[in-house]
Amino acid sequence: MATFKEFRNNVKPNWCPGCGDFSVQAAIQRAAANAGLEPEKLAVISGIGCSGRISGYINAYGFHSIHGRALPIAQGVKLANRDLTVIASGGDGDGFAIGMGHTVHAIRRNINMTYIVMDNQIYGLTKGQTSPRSAVGFKTKSTPEGSIESTLSPLEIALAAGATFVAQSFSSDLKQLTSLIEQGINHEGFSLINVFSPCVTFNKINTYDWFKENIVNLETVEGYDASNRVMAMTKLMETNGMITGLIYQNKEKRSYENLITGFRPEPLTNQNLQLSVEDFDKLLKEFK
Amino acid sequence: MRVTLKEWASLISQLSWKIGGQQGEGVESTDRIFSTALNRLGYYLYGYRHFSSRIKGGHTNNKIRISTKPIRAISDDLDILVAFDQETIDLNAHELRQGGVIVADAKFNPVVPEGVEARLFAVPITAIAEELGTSLMKNMVASGASWALLGLPLEVFNKAVEEEFGRKGPAVVEKNVEAVRRGADFVLEQAGGPLGDFQLEPADGEQKLFMIGNDAMALGALAAGCRIMAAYPITPASEIMEYLIKQLPKFGGTVVQTEDEIAAVTMSIGSNYAGVRSMTASAGPGLSLMMEAIGLAGMTETPLVIVNTQRGGPSTGLPTKQEQSDVNAMIYGTHGEIPKIVIAPSSIEECFYDMVEAFNLAERYQCPVIVLTDLQLSLGKQSCEPLDYERIVIDRGNLVTNVPPSEDNVLFKRYEFVEGGVSPRVLPGEKGGLHHVTGVEHDETGRPSESAINRKKMMDKRLHKLDNLQVTNAIRVDAPHEDADLLIVGMGSTGGTIDQARVQLEQDGIKTNHVTVRQIYPFPTAQFKAYADRAKQIVVLENNATGQLANQIKLNVGVGDKVRNLTKYDGTPFLPSEVYKQSKELV
Repeated sequence: MATFKEFRNNVKPNWCPGCGDFSVQAAIQRAAANAGLEPEKLAVISGIGCSGRISGYINAYGFHSIHGRALPIAQGVKLANRDLTVIASGGDGDGFAIGMGHTVHAIRRNINMTYIVMDNQIYGLTKGQTSPRSAVGFKTKSTPEGSIESTLSPLEIALAAGATFVAQSFSSDLKQLTSLIEQGINHEGFSLINVFSPCVTFNKINTYDWFKENIVNLETVEGYDASNRVMAMTKLMETNGMITGLIYQNKEKRSYENLITGFRPEPLTNQNLQLSVEDFDKLLKEFK
Repeated sequence: MRVTLKEWASLISQLSWKIGGQQGEGVESTDRIFSTALNRLGYYLYGYRHFSSRIKGGHTNNKIRISTKPIRAISDDLDILVAFDQETIDLNAHELRQGGVIVADAKFNPVVPEGVEARLFAVPITAIAEELGTSLMKNMVASGASWALLGLPLEVFNKAVEEEFGRKGPAVVEKNVEAVRRGADFVLEQAGGPLGDFQLEPADGEQKLFMIGNDAMALGALAAGCRIMAAYPITPASEIMEYLIKQLPKFGGTVVQTEDEIAAVTMSIGSNYAGVRSMTASAGPGLSLMMEAIGLAGMTETPLVIVNTQRGGPSTGLPTKQEQSDVNAMIYGTHGEIPKIVIAPSSIEECFYDMVEAFNLAERYQCPVIVLTDLQLSLGKQSCEPLDYERIVIDRGNLVTNVPPSEDNVLFKRYEFVEGGVSPRVLPGEKGGLHHVTGVEHDETGRPSESAINRKKMMDKRLHKLDNLQVTNAIRVDAPHEDADLLIVGMGSTGGTIDQARVQLEQDGIKTNHVTVRQIYPFPTAQFKAYADRAKQIVVLENNATGQLANQIKLNVGVGDKVRNLTKYDGTPFLPSEVYKQSKELV
């Protein structure tokens, strides 16, 4: 069984010092080790943005794709080889702006994989523009008078889309983050983990300190039941989404691969491609 | 069917039959049963669908050309028109040859338009159907009537009816057979028996494969080992996914109907990257959305097969009409420069074999392969020669397995600079194969790199992979003349039409050669040039306005002074007479 060090490689991330994404990288490496994975059995598919670089910083099969499309690529990987553990990751712009359509439908589809969003409420790599997660009134290069669009509540959307695993964490809480990613990996179905991952360069409002002051850890909430979808939705609405921990999990629903007619437990990559002459003749007969 | 020698002399070798009405009125199903029965008798068939972008209502018609010999083109004229409404007659009667026949529903008091000389049989189609229980059966009454006029054996038709309705139980079959008989009886009494001038020579009795191009491509994909398809519905590509939705579960695979075409193509890239042959299929609008991802496949050297069933563009254009106007987009689409292969099957059989080849090319050259058809080839139902199992050969290219594990985090050189440029490819899951893949410029292990030296080497490596490209029949040639007056060049579905026009051109003493371009990109310059040089004039025939294929020829072969454009972009396929007349004018 691989240790978390075996998921490290010798590439130095090009993130700014203090960036929240370092913790996400470390948490993925630890969670992968905790889940008993080997590097070659893990595929990390990322989008574009500062966070998208993460697939190159983990010793595993990494695919750094195009903006907003990490999810469909990751789903394609998982369907092809269900023996792989597939993690998709990217930023809030990647997943909730350009890729929002894929996010909602990946949630609906419920393929067994984990999606980690590094949510910093801003566009970092393009040097500071507003994101769907920016607060109303947030001033950026693209919103000099302050953002006038509503802030997106992705986890409420996730619940509405039929999510089977919804969690949220914070880069400063490596222990919780690692645990949630591990739970996400072990969850049968699509797991969404939104991570408050502060941008120390361009977001001077949603800082580490600001999050520490404003978030509530669900473990401290008495009577919170993560199997209760209504409670999850209510809590997200009450707190404006400022909660961390496992928000909702449905352990009953089978993952997509387990519901496809004729789909076998053996990965497709291992199956024989050649049609037998009998099968071919049978197929031809249908056209006569 | 037994005929005397005398009778034989009066028999015809082909005729054209058309049925029209409102969409949703049973035009499709009538056509299906009618042609299934003809196929039983061994006739060669070639179908053309005229339909609109709506489900119920609006005029629609299906035309079938029936022949004792292989045919690959729609005919100029029409022998029999079956009409469910007056609109069908008004819109189509002009196609009827002199002495043609209209079988129409007596219900609407059919009128033969002025200037059309046709025999009209007003059959109480709706009335008979309603008498038998439901107006739904009027398609059976109508087809029974037209079948009877051809003097073809009714039991063969009834067999087809039985197959169509068998699953609904014997009572339904019986009712429909009765409807067929009533239609036949009525018209035979009116006409005094089968029409003497409409009797077809007996066919060879050998049942042919009878399918649309989309079926043949889907079957080809399945035979090629494609096990995942990700697609978004669109006309005229959806039949490909529909066929695979039906078949793939039997072979452990699946079709995912995605949220859009971007997801379709990227999901397919993901599956190909992970090692399963995967494809998507769409038409122009979908291909436009896929362009960025096609660039990703080119940059990451991920095999990818995409079918583009062209329809009328631009934008939503003419979604249900014939066009070949995506040639430029397929060649030049996607930003930056990538290796890409575009092939265009030109027959129903090639639709099948080219899919097998496309998957092989994609893995052999590790790049996107676009299979380009057009609506007529994709949707026109036609007879297909037997498909050869022996020709299904799967070649996965430079795919390596059992790579020895590396030490100290040394990554596998997925993009190794090798002779020919096609690097060893390893699949996720392989212990010794860890590497990185990115759409960012990268080094041999897939790590991002902005080094100018590396950049140039990587660009050259990718782009020169296709220097040794080998595609089966890059061009298809029928060139009997050493020195031709005319070389007609086409692609896609137009080949049969060109060949028919050539017969007339030859009769006029115009020596005509014919080349079909199948490898659209990279252009097969050397192969093509030999035939261009042997012709005084080159007519390039294509269903678009700007002569996109002609421009490729001018650009690559440099025979611009000889090239003349023969274009048609009104949404309908070329007719043989048009090709004949216009080619003659251009010579």
